[in-house]
Amino acid sequence: MIPRHFIISIGVLLVAALGLSLYAWHMRKTVVSVPTAAVDTRPLAPPISGPTERVVLFVAHDEDGSLRPESAQIPMPSGRQQRAEELLRTLLSQYLDKSSTHVLGAGSDIRSVYLVDPGVAVIDVNAAFADTHRSGVLVEQLTVASLIHTISANSQGILKVKILVDGKERETLAGHADLSSYYDVSAVNQLATQLQPQ
Amino acid sequence: MRWINWIGKRSAGSQPAVAGASRPCTVPIYGAVLLLMTALILSAAAPEKRLSIYSVAANYSLPLVQREGRDYVGLLELLEPLGRVSAKTEGSRWRIRYNNVEGDFQAEKSHARIQNREVDFGGKLVLENKRGLVPVASLSALLPRFLGGPVTLHESSGRLFIGSVATHFTASLSADNPPRLIFHFSAPVNPSIANEPGTLRMTFSREPLVGPASPTLTFGSKLIPSATYSENNGSAVVTVNSTIPVIATFGNEGRTIAISPTAAAAQNATQNGGEATSNAQTQTQPETPITTAPITPPARRYFAVVDASHGGDDHGETLGSALLEKDVTIAFAHSLRQELESRGMTTLVLRDSDANLSVDQRAIFANADHAAIYIALHASSSGHGVRVYTSLLPFGEDDRGPFRSWTTAQHDSLPLSQSTAFAIAAELQKRQVPVRALSAALRPLNNVTGPAIAVEIAPQGSDLSQLTAPDYQQLVAGAMATAIASVRDHLGSAP
Repeated sequence: MIPRHFIISIGVLLVAALGLSLYAWHMRKTVVSVPTAAVDTRPLAPPISGPTERVVLFVAHDEDGSLRPESAQIPMPSGRQQRAEELLRTLLSQYLDKSSTHVLGAGSDIRSVYLVDPGVAVIDVNAAFADTHRSGVLVEQLTVASLIHTISANSQGILKVKILVDGKERETLAGHADLSSYYDVSAVNQLATQLQPQ
Repeated sequence: MRWINWIGKRSAGSQPAVAGASRPCTVPIYGAVLLLMTALILSAAAPEKRLSIYSVAANYSLPLVQREGRDYVGLLELLEPLGRVSAKTEGSRWRIRYNNVEGDFQAEKSHARIQNREVDFGGKLVLENKRGLVPVASLSALLPRFLGGPVTLHESSGRLFIGSVATHFTASLSADNPPRLIFHFSAPVNPSIANEPGTLRMTFSREPLVGPASPTLTFGSKLIPSATYSENNGSAVVTVNSTIPVIATFGNEGRTIAISPTAAAAQNATQNGGEATSNAQTQTQPETPITTAPITPPARRYFAVVDASHGGDDHGETLGSALLEKDVTIAFAHSLRQELESRGMTTLVLRDSDANLSVDQRAIFANADHAAIYIALHASSSGHGVRVYTSLLPFGEDDRGPFRSWTTAQHDSLPLSQSTAFAIAAELQKRQVPVRALSAALRPLNNVTGPAIAVEIAPQGSDLSQLTAPDYQQLVAGAMATAIASVRDHLGSAP
């Protein structure tokens, strides 16, 4: 014969299991899916410290379609490539400001800059840079000329520049400016002269 | 050697450990064999099959796809360059509207309802990614219902003629010594020409050329005994058989092609009594380098090629909620054509419908037509007035012998392009339109061999609707046409 206290224990356990099951089922129904917080995919570059240098940025201005030199005092790393990257990131930070004279899309960034001898620079921008760029011949030319003229004016010996998007070659920046070929720095310098404020 | 041993041991039922020990050495060999076989298979892959379509509106070609052993083509893509077309998919039902004609198809069914009439088109509709594919063989039955006119299909060669667009030709031998073979065409042609020992091949990819009653023409000459006509994969080919090196020269604005012996061959033929010794010449000069057929003078069909940029999937800039750059450029192109033609300059609008055209295709068209000026049109919401661009040449490769670098093909014509751009800027300034002349890395400007410019039109103020205003378009187009007319003597003669 089964002891009485044993039957009572089994019964209590069964009731508890049933109760927990009902509670779990109830919780499953009422659980609210918490929306995932929007993730800011913008890469975060480490802050640069050290001595500052005066550099010249060629900043695009949409209102009159011009490229204007602006000097800036920024901390610069010692490596040649890192210097070029920092230079272009400083330029880009101006364009990411909503009050900028030539606004670029949120999340635009310079992934890397490679300086390859003899005289080749490869600027690798992220996908957001191209995907969010406004379309138009002049507006795209201003961006390209600003990047190339800034890097060539501050780094000696660059003869040609290639622009990649997310590490890959792309036909155009946003439907117009050609990215399939190497830019001739001397030709871009002439374009920068044409783009001076009138 | 180890590979042979391993095979031998395996077949003799040896221990797996032996095979495992030899495997690392054999993997690279198998890999290399696999790689070689893949390369061989890829190198021998057949070229993509295409369907060439010739019509009054446009000549173009489309890729064909194979389904169940038959060639299929997208019906919407085929009709797109010919008029307004749209399509909608509802489950297995596919509806297409071309101008005012509606077609109602069912996937995997061979009958459709077009203009409220049942049509059996003799093949199944394949629905793939909302694209309606029909068998090429069914186009003869389907297209007349949509287009309202007859079509002629050369199914085996992938050529489709819509309406009476065919270009015919005759060939006759001149009485000169040595003789020349003269081809007369009913419309200007510009084939690509290839020379091989004993043959000269003219390939007509863009012209709706049709053959004579007999595909082989004989001329009773030992120097140029025969010519054959054939069609294959969207092209027509005329092959001239000769026993001496020959060259092709164009005349009568591309309506005549003369096949004649090269200067050296002609001299030899004359000295040796003409045709009587032609065989001897062939034997003594089997390795004579073949002269490249000079395509001179270029067959210019249009003075100006106006290219409405973007089109099809490429909308260009979204200028407003319902205003796309591709639509503004096409309207502007028509306005510019009218202004140019009113000043006596024949003009081709390169994109005359909402068609996809790659920048390479645009450059090829412009170069093939040898136009005096190529003008690409763009529209923009940023800035004010008009920007006239010439090519910002990339850091390019050098030309190789007679071949020009594709990326810097514009190099020689750049000064003329710039002077034209300055002339346009000056004329627009005269008319109080804000204007700038700039360089731009904007394809296909750098790929065009002749003078080439791009014009980007923006509103004078902040009102984007000005881009579609006929008076503004006419103001800009009129100034451009006047400027181009003023430099036409520098650009070249009109056709």
